Amino acid sequence: MDIIVIVLLIIGLVFFTGGAVGILRFPDFYSRLHPAGKMDTMGSLFMLIALALFNLHHFTLATLLTSLKLIVIVVFVFLSSPTAIHGIVDAGVRAGLTPWTKGEKRR
Amino acid sequence: MEALEQQEKSLEGSRESGRDRPANRPPSRKRFGPYLVTFLIMFFLWILLSGKFDPFHLTLGVISCAIVSFFSGDLLFDSPRMKGFPRSWWRFLLYSPWLLYQIFLANLHVLFLTFHPKMLDLIDPQIFRFRSKLRGDLALVTFANSITLTPGTITIYVSVDGDFSVHAIDQQSKQGLPGEMEIRIARAFSEG
Repeated sequence: MDIIVIVLLIIGLVFFTGGAVGILRFPDFYSRLHPAGKMDTMGSLFMLIALALFNLHHFTLATLLTSLKLIVIVVFVFLSSPTAIHGIVDAGVRAGLTPWTKGEKRR
Repeated sequence: MEALEQQEKSLEGSRESGRDRPANRPPSRKRFGPYLVTFLIMFFLWILLSGKFDPFHLTLGVISCAIVSFFSGDLLFDSPRMKGFPRSWWRFLLYSPWLLYQIFLANLHVLFLTFHPKMLDLIDPQIFRFRSKLRGDLALVTFANSITLTPGTITIYVSVDGDFSVHAIDQQSKQGLPGEMEIRIARAFSEG
């Protein structure tokens, strides 16, 4: 059980790290949103599932409720994160920011 | 408890009869469903978030859920969306594991891109447009959110008749659209 939790936490960490590094490495506003918005979603999915499992160590009604709450957080992140990304991208397009294309210098 | 539920039913009944209703819509029987479903969802959330099972807190939950579903029961499900109600939700539940798997695969791809030393040569960001066959607004929103959730592609704009603008980070992400995902969503919302 502990092993599963640790593996899930590490996978989540890798995704979060990828998200952070991606924000720094990608060339422009739009492509930075790809790692920023979505690797975070994936990372939080893995980490929260790991925490929910870890929380079920002593199986009682209270811990079950807490774990279910964690799962509900995952659901809401999965609903709100794409909406938020869409909002940010839309703001960028409305402000007239042109996307980076191949061969340009990074911004 | 039971008395409260009775009261809730009578409340909803009085609202049903009090509403001005267009002549072509089938009368009250059908409109009870949304309130009940909203109430059940609310009550499930109440129990989940309160975590107390004594009669006092449960009663409070029933009262407040009844009030909320009385006021806003027709927000979540208006009647056209209720048509294939249990079936399309079931199909949506069947769709979500596949979506999760796709999100995972695409995440691995973006992860690979992120740590690749020559990342700037690999990526080819571009905005492309396509027209979707989907019609229902719920199906379109689901499709747009699924596209955004799948890394490598972000929905920029969706029009009412299904014109999508999508920012894709490289060719491989672009190729998947509008492919299997659209077909599956069309199936889930029985538009296929």
